[in-house]
Amino acid sequence: MNKSNLVQAVNEALHFELEKNPDMILLGEDIGRDGGVFRATDGLIDIFGENRVVDTPLSESGIVGVAIGMAAYGLIPVVEIQFMGFLYGAMEQLLSHAARLRNRTRGRYTCPIVVRAPYGGGIHAPELHSESTEALFVHTPGLKVVVPSTPAEAKGLLLSSIRDPDPVLFLEPAKIYRAIKEEVPEGEYLIPLGQARILTEGKDVTLITWGAMLHPVLKAADRLAAEGVEAEIIDLRTLSPFDSETLLQSVSKTGRAVIIHEAPRSCGLGAEISALLCEEALYSLEAPVLRVTGFDIPFPLPKTEKYYLPDVDQIVETIEAAVGY
Amino acid sequence: MGVDNFDLGALADPTKSHDSIKIDGEDPVFLKSQFRQMLTIRLVEEHLAAMRKEGVIGGPVHLGAGQEAVAVGVSTSLRNTDRIFGAHRSHSHVLAMGGSIHGLFAEVLGRETGLSRGMGGSMHLWDQPRGFYGSVPIVAGTVALATGAGLAAKMSGTDDIGVVYFGDGAIEEGVVHESLNLARMLQVPVLFVIENNLFSSHMHISLRQPHDATSRFAAAHDIRFDTVDGNNVVAVKNAAQRLINHSRSGEGPGFLEAVTYRLYGHVDWREDIDVGVRRSTEDLANWRKRDPIKRLFQGMEEAGIFSLDEQNLCEAEIRKDIDEAWAQALRDPYPSPDTLLDRVYTKQVMG
Ligand SMILES: Cc1ncc(C[n+]2csc(CCOP(=O)(O)OP(=O)(O)O)c2C)c(N)n1
Ligand SMILES: [Mg+2]
Repeated sequence: MNKSNLVQAVNEALHFELEKNPDMILLGEDIGRDGGVFRATDGLIDIFGENRVVDTPLSESGIVGVAIGMAAYGLIPVVEIQFMGFLYGAMEQLLSHAARLRNRTRGRYTCPIVVRAPYGGGIHAPELHSESTEALFVHTPGLKVVVPSTPAEAKGLLLSSIRDPDPVLFLEPAKIYRAIKEEVPEGEYLIPLGQARILTEGKDVTLITWGAMLHPVLKAADRLAAEGVEAEIIDLRTLSPFDSETLLQSVSKTGRAVIIHEAPRSCGLGAEISALLCEEALYSLEAPVLRVTGFDIPFPLPKTEKYYLPDVDQIVETIEAAVGY
Repeated sequence: MGVDNFDLGALADPTKSHDSIKIDGEDPVFLKSQFRQMLTIRLVEEHLAAMRKEGVIGGPVHLGAGQEAVAVGVSTSLRNTDRIFGAHRSHSHVLAMGGSIHGLFAEVLGRETGLSRGMGGSMHLWDQPRGFYGSVPIVAGTVALATGAGLAAKMSGTDDIGVVYFGDGAIEEGVVHESLNLARMLQVPVLFVIENNLFSSHMHISLRQPHDATSRFAAAHDIRFDTVDGNNVVAVKNAAQRLINHSRSGEGPGFLEAVTYRLYGHVDWREDIDVGVRRSTEDLANWRKRDPIKRLFQGMEEAGIFSLDEQNLCEAEIRKDIDEAWAQALRDPYPSPDTLLDRVYTKQVMG
């Protein structure tokens, strides 16, 4: 098996499904002849032609809206938006139409679109190129939100997202696009949406995270393992609707939970998870549910992003606080 | 405007318009100052390109070298009470208003002394004392803001105007069309300056629009417009002046399409002749012959008002300014981390 990085895994998934499903169409700015800002669609136009790998004008709201219309009439559009921060112009289409089409038509139409966008910080990018505003979309009933954390996960989750009859926002952690290489299963490889992944089992504390943050969390857990702390690490991977069952089961065992995300703190998805644990697992809890998050500020520019992003030390300290409570 | 005018024709043909700039009737002192401004912008951007290539600059820089005549020509009719907006490729817009080279460098380096106090970078320039209300990285985002700023000027009874620079790519965003219609209906004093460099990232305009003259959108919205060779500073200046006078005298918006070309690729120092379509080495070589600075120099030299020696002297002075500004910016501090939390909301004094 070949080793791939996350961008290559995305490319493989798109390639595989374009071959398999003649109704699937890619749309986006610079995705065809150029191959995309991060090269996720590199080479696909040569194989599938410009009718299926469509270079669009610079029009995010138009692209997403057109994709919704195509989806309602039987196609499977997969849209690339160059950065998550450029999605905001298309909010109206996503929130007012994509998320509601099924409900509005009482199930007569579905909206099987996927909108892919790189997201997250740590790439030395300017404003609006490091956004982690997944909570805006998680808060929108009708949209699914999926975030892979490794190349193989990216392939399996993207294929499932494309096959899903509902609209999926697929957020790709830009920081680890090329940072990790691993074996990615060839051909058909599906990871069901809505199921969290338990990376390591442990009895002392549950660590809940997703996307690029998984990697500092793994390091933090390693460091604590040396001190005898056994952490159970959960990669949430489908953020909406998320797998509350796995979280509750884990916390009923460990009695402690720390949620780690790079998004701003207030009303981040961590707050919702914390509320769930307090409502449903109160009697298991032996410590307050703690969070390690970004700050309630717009993501800062390159020279100061290190102060913003949660790092291994911070994560270790917070886990120690939960365990030592 | 018929279908014929939907296309730029010779203006978009890089084998044309290589001639020296006609300067009949223009004031030599004024021309020299235009030359100096354009050369300053060019040398500043070349410096940024080199520093980015060396890795001294951490974030991306979008360079507009080759397009200097647009901002320089337009800005001669602007004043610092006007409200000027840009986007991702705005170094020239702020420098043409007299913005400080040091402020730009410090911003690009993320220093506290930068134009956005080091909080933004190359795409976040802010120089309110000179009328520059900001560039942002969201393409087309400021088009509506400039329209609103122009409307505010009108409502408060001044003859200041809003100005927004944007590209042939930006014009594909819906908000531009909403702004054009709104500006016309409310007769807003705003100048829409389209730097039509024929590219949006790596995509040539022919792959994105059925025709290459974006002024067709001004015609559709019944907005007064002009289309000029954007590499001819005199032509830009004259056309901008007419449209700006029209807006200042209460006759509503104007739309200036300046046809130009960027000598670097979409972002950073490379020429991007290996990616995309129709950005060939041959085109680039031809566009270099339409260089706005070289052509103004030729025009002035032929008229006997400027010489190579004078150009060299001018260049040496600018380089000295650039070196000093850069050295200073490198010595300047980064913003302290606690200021990151301070700038999100207005501080309210209670009680
Ligand atoms: C809303 C949005 N979409 C996409 C981008 C990415 N992007 C940055 S510049 C650019 C091309 C803009 O082309 P144009 O408006 O012609 O300006 P030019 O770069 O030619 O100066 C694109 C697609 C962005 N910054 N914002
Ligand atoms: Mg352009």
